[in-house]
Amino acid sequence: MPLIKIRDLHFSRGDRVIFEGVNIDIHRGKITAIMGPSGTGKTTLLRLIGGQLHPDKGTIEVDGQNVHQLSHSGLYALRKRMGMLFQSGALLTDLTVFENVAFPLREHTDLPESMIRDLVLMKLQAVGLRCARDLMPNELSGGMARRVALARAVTLDPMMIMYDEPFTGQDPISMGTLVNLIHRMNDAMGLTSIVVSHDVDEATEIADYVYLLSGGKVVSEGSPVDLKRSSSQWVKQFMQGLPDGPVPFHYPGVDFKEDMLNPEVSP
Amino acid sequence: MLQKKSTEITVGMFVAAGIAALFMLAMKVSNLSDFSDEVGYQVIAEFENIGGLKVRSPVTMAGVRVGRVSGISLDSVNYNARVTLSLYSTFDNLPTDTSASIYTAGLLGEQYISLEAGAEEEFLQNGDVVELTQSALVLEQVIGQFLFSKAEGDEE
Amino acid sequence: MIGIIRSLGRWGLSTFERLGRGHLFLVQILAGIPGLFLRFSLVIQQLFSVGVLSVLIIAVSGLFVGMVLSLQGYYVLVDFGAEESLGVMVSLSLVRELGPVVSALLFAGRAGSALTAEVGLMKSTEQLSGMEMMAVDPMRRVIAPRFLAGFISMPLLAAMFSAVGIIGAFLVGHGLLGVDDGAFWSQMQAKTDWYDDILNGVIKSIVFGFVVTWIALYEGYDALPTSEGVGRATTRTVVHSAFAILGLDFVLTALMFGEG
Ligand SMILES: Nc1ncnc2c1ncn2[C@@H]1O[C@H](COP(=O)(O)OP(=O)(O)OP(=O)(O)O)[C@@H](O)[C@H]1O
Ligand SMILES: [Mg+2]
Repeated sequence: MPLIKIRDLHFSRGDRVIFEGVNIDIHRGKITAIMGPSGTGKTTLLRLIGGQLHPDKGTIEVDGQNVHQLSHSGLYALRKRMGMLFQSGALLTDLTVFENVAFPLREHTDLPESMIRDLVLMKLQAVGLRCARDLMPNELSGGMARRVALARAVTLDPMMIMYDEPFTGQDPISMGTLVNLIHRMNDAMGLTSIVVSHDVDEATEIADYVYLLSGGKVVSEGSPVDLKRSSSQWVKQFMQGLPDGPVPFHYPGVDFKEDMLNPEVSP
Repeated sequence: MLQKKSTEITVGMFVAAGIAALFMLAMKVSNLSDFSDEVGYQVIAEFENIGGLKVRSPVTMAGVRVGRVSGISLDSVNYNARVTLSLYSTFDNLPTDTSASIYTAGLLGEQYISLEAGAEEEFLQNGDVVELTQSALVLEQVIGQFLFSKAEGDEE
Repeated sequence: MIGIIRSLGRWGLSTFERLGRGHLFLVQILAGIPGLFLRFSLVIQQLFSVGVLSVLIIAVSGLFVGMVLSLQGYYVLVDFGAEESLGVMVSLSLVRELGPVVSALLFAGRAGSALTAEVGLMKSTEQLSGMEMMAVDPMRRVIAPRFLAGFISMPLLAAMFSAVGIIGAFLVGHGLLGVDDGAFWSQMQAKTDWYDDILNGVIKSIVFGFVVTWIALYEGYDALPTSEGVGRATTRTVVHSAFAILGLDFVLTALMFGEG
């Protein structure tokens, strides 16, 4: 049985339809990559899984529980077993790096101070920021903040982690380290990982299975090797980053030429 | 940790200062400090007219405060005002023929009850009635009487 | 015409919706308060930023308001030969009205706007949703401690305002204008009542603290997650708090001192 089972998911923001009939299975102990053009709703999907947004139709089950029918306390209990790395990092700006990573431990456990220190330093060491522990979040670069957030997402040793764009803003060295880290955590701790990414190379390198989203639907799915060999125009364009093809680069709306010639068209 | 400690200390000082301010308002600004008079004793006085006397108006003797008015009601039989006076227990040696009058502090000031000691040997007890009373002067009545007697004098 | 009616209707609907959400928000806050007694350090931290940091402005304003009251009151009273009543006049105006009202207005400007901005920024930088995903309820961890701190601080600050104001009035009245100090204090004590005046003033400030903190936190939590949205929410906090304070002051005064 898959850890996460998404069936017939529909979701819209106002008039804009984000998902219409998405089915996704995330298997235990595997790394699943979710890829798709910017603005298709990958972040939205993660928030739906985490129970922060409610679908208009369809169900999301995590570990056999329907996320959107859980009670408040049931949802919070489930979230303790989910880690999430936010696209923006979402670090608590009034706490140091160390305290940020220690935050989930302090909130959810009664561990003695020395144990907390050991755990936090271990996690920070893994992301290469052990010696940056006394900095405040506003003293970090975007890439460093993302790594701190990663360390924080794994402090409670969750059963699954959702990574929203873990690789953006990383230099090649830390990128390599992160790819390694995600891989290692998955293998060593038996984690289940969902990686949202635009980085085709990195994502296909670590993923066991890939979903391609576009236009509110799953366009294609399969192992990275399958996708690379796929004959679909769409998949080819996305995987190879070609400017021309079936994937629209523009946010949907009126035609460019029409827009320029017709000043009355409301923006 | 050190920072946390100093936060706790300043917060402690803040709360202490706030409570001290409340305490000052209670003791120095308000009359809370003379609420001990609740343990005194009560006597009753009837007046034909109490004017502007209110509950908690002062009761004095020779200008010294000896208690306060703790209740005002109307006697349903003779339509007099029944005023309950709470007197401090230190002044427990008022003779039974003490008289009570309602005066006004200054021309426009508030009204108060002034007691005048009599000559009896026995003292007022809790629940006793002050027999000799003098009602409040009501300004309109005084002026009315004055005009009336003046008019009478002119006619003669 | 139809357009005007429609926009009026839209305004009415959105106002009611906001009011409704505001009350739900309050219920959630109150539900989070019992848990705080186990983690009082969170409240202490907030008492520092909400209460301690407001002391200076409250004390300085209180001092000056008291001194001005004394000066103004003296010139009015001296015409009636009643300058001995200066103490009463100052203490009653401070304890009943100016203490609770002015300190609540200052509190809204100093602490309320800071609370809104802080919570609004936490929302716009995804810190609140980050907490949710770490299974930490922001209502309990962030909002409830701030609410309790505001609720505790306000009456203490108002008492400090009145106390400092009375001291300021005494300094001016006795030191500068030569009012007899015995008369100043004894008249004040004789006419200021613990229940009717002081306790009612304290009740007012408790109500104001409750309302101002509620408005400030709700505006922050409900702010659009943009810099402009947070800026507007901060302004709204100050404006709505001021309306609420003055309106409630009228109602409370009518209730408390009406039959006096
Ligand atoms: N709070 C919001 N209100 C209204 N619409 C929103 C909101 N957040 C996102 N959207 C819309 O939802 C769509 C999906 O957004 P989402 O953040 O999930 O995209 P994404 O796939 O994560 O993109 P990216 O790869 O750039 O991060 C976008 O088109 C965006 O316009
Ligand atoms: Mg995204």
